[in-house]
Amino acid sequence: MNNEVTLLKGNEAIAYAAIRCGADAFFGYPITPQSEIIETLSLLKPWETTGMVVVQAESEVASINMVYGGAGAGKRVFTTSSSPGVALMQEGISFMAGSEIPGVIVNVQRGGPGLGTIQPSQSDYFQATRGGGNGDYNVIVLAPNSVQEMADFMDLAFTLAFRYRNPAMILSDGVIGQMMEKVVLPEQKPRRTEEQIRKECPWATIGRTKDRQPNILTSLELKPEIMEARNIHLQEKYATIREKEVRYETINCEDADYLIVAFGSAARISEKSMEIARGKGEKVGLFRPITLWPFPERQLAEIAKGKKGILVAEINAGQMVEDVRLAINGAVPVEHFGRLGGIVPDPQEIVEALETKMMRK
Amino acid sequence: MTENDIISPENLVYKKPELMNDTPMHYCPGCSHGVVHKLIAEIIEEMGMEEKTVGVSPVGCAVFAYRYLDIDWQEAAHGRAPALATAIKRLWPDRLVFTYQGDGDLACIGTAETIHALNRGEHIAIIFINNAIYGMTGGQMAPTTLIGQKTSTCPYGRDPELHGYPLNITEIASTLRGTCYVSRQSVDTVGSILKAKKAIRKAFEASMKGLGSSLVEIVSTCNSGWKLSPAEANEWMREKMFKEYVKGDLKDTTNLK
Repeated sequence: MNNEVTLLKGNEAIAYAAIRCGADAFFGYPITPQSEIIETLSLLKPWETTGMVVVQAESEVASINMVYGGAGAGKRVFTTSSSPGVALMQEGISFMAGSEIPGVIVNVQRGGPGLGTIQPSQSDYFQATRGGGNGDYNVIVLAPNSVQEMADFMDLAFTLAFRYRNPAMILSDGVIGQMMEKVVLPEQKPRRTEEQIRKECPWATIGRTKDRQPNILTSLELKPEIMEARNIHLQEKYATIREKEVRYETINCEDADYLIVAFGSAARISEKSMEIARGKGEKVGLFRPITLWPFPERQLAEIAKGKKGILVAEINAGQMVEDVRLAINGAVPVEHFGRLGGIVPDPQEIVEALETKMMRK
Repeated sequence: MTENDIISPENLVYKKPELMNDTPMHYCPGCSHGVVHKLIAEIIEEMGMEEKTVGVSPVGCAVFAYRYLDIDWQEAAHGRAPALATAIKRLWPDRLVFTYQGDGDLACIGTAETIHALNRGEHIAIIFINNAIYGMTGGQMAPTTLIGQKTSTCPYGRDPELHGYPLNITEIASTLRGTCYVSRQSVDTVGSILKAKKAIRKAFEASMKGLGSSLVEIVSTCNSGWKLSPAEANEWMREKMFKEYVKGDLKDTTNLK
């Protein structure tokens, strides 16, 4: 076991963890607040050690299409960006979902709309959890709340992406990307061999051997009957993911009268808010969705039974709160608290929101 | 004469490449695509790369190229084929990786991906079908449309004041330091088909030898889009297209035969 503790930024942890989990390639374009990822990779020169390819692409559009190409050829390939860049990638992500190509996208979110701000935000929740591009599809979305989870979720994202032949996203933000914390990096795994790739990814386009039909990766089909069947296949796959891959964390929920529901950096801040409220004698718990899609709807509904209220704390104008309300379906009052434009809320603000919005103090 | 007599080796003077399957093509009679597909299949076989080739097809008339050649294929989003090919080749350097793109795909929506892949010197070959029109969507103006040429979106003829000028992207490619071979050919006569085959072969070999990026433009007919008969389309191409898009090698630093 590797127990060596290092001090890293969240962005740096992504770079280190990617190399260590046997990633084959990174394709990306610089954008604040995540440029340390490509900078760290360039400094570490993994092409000289593990053989991992690192390419600075001409745009986010090209980056995601390089991910499409490389992952379509069976490799563990990822890209990273921040909100405006991820908006540009939506074409490629939709094509990957339609062609069932596994790949990993890291979004270190910043505030919008448009060029917005370089300060942190969680306002890409809708884009991430609703597909984001054209068509009926979903991307598996993991929301880290620490530098440690940035490191841990790289391998998990690749595993899920390849298990379901679907794009997977790590939805982080400028807080997690920029802050430094202690982290234990994963053990160095070897990159997969050609033999392993052929076995694991019989669909990969790496040259047609005589024993099989050509592998064709496409999202196109002109016959609506076939296209509907393909869409139904995708929906069945998404149903399986909903069933099997929900992840979440609960802290002090059992005896709680009130719940805070928050993800990523907002959940980290809310942990402190919960402590402050408990210090005041209020029984507050924290429910943290780790997979934003699939959303832990059944689990949240179960835990919320009998509670007096739920405050959804986000760094946006109210996005995940919609999923919470759908899950709770009116059984418990649900309110939202958020800050916008790159303002990161103080733990005390969330406590005040609990008191004014939920406890009517 | 029985079927066996016909296909006995001594009677065989010509056959389609093994890699070409029997799927009926969707291309219009008179279109250049079919010939170029055949050349690519022949070259892959002659190079012995049947099991080591990955093609990237475009959006446009050749969107279904993957139906006709029995190799592995990825279908790219509009214009993005060189980005896909970049990654496939970087990750599988011993594979033959090529893109097959039309003028709308390559010279318009995919300009950035094309120029940057070529400029990085990716070890890929780009086959560029230039018929001066958007064929698949029904004959709209392309960046390569000639001045005065009528299309459904320039029905009074392409006017530089309104529509800008034809884009000679192959010439641009020849100025990039990442390219090792840039050539412009056609497939309207037996002689030109042989020359086009030689050019594509050189591009493929250059990519396998890691000499840089290659681009082979095939000046092509779109008789349906041009609203001409196949024979008239060939004439029009020779008379008008070859003046704007002059055939021959624009760059060759490969030292390959």
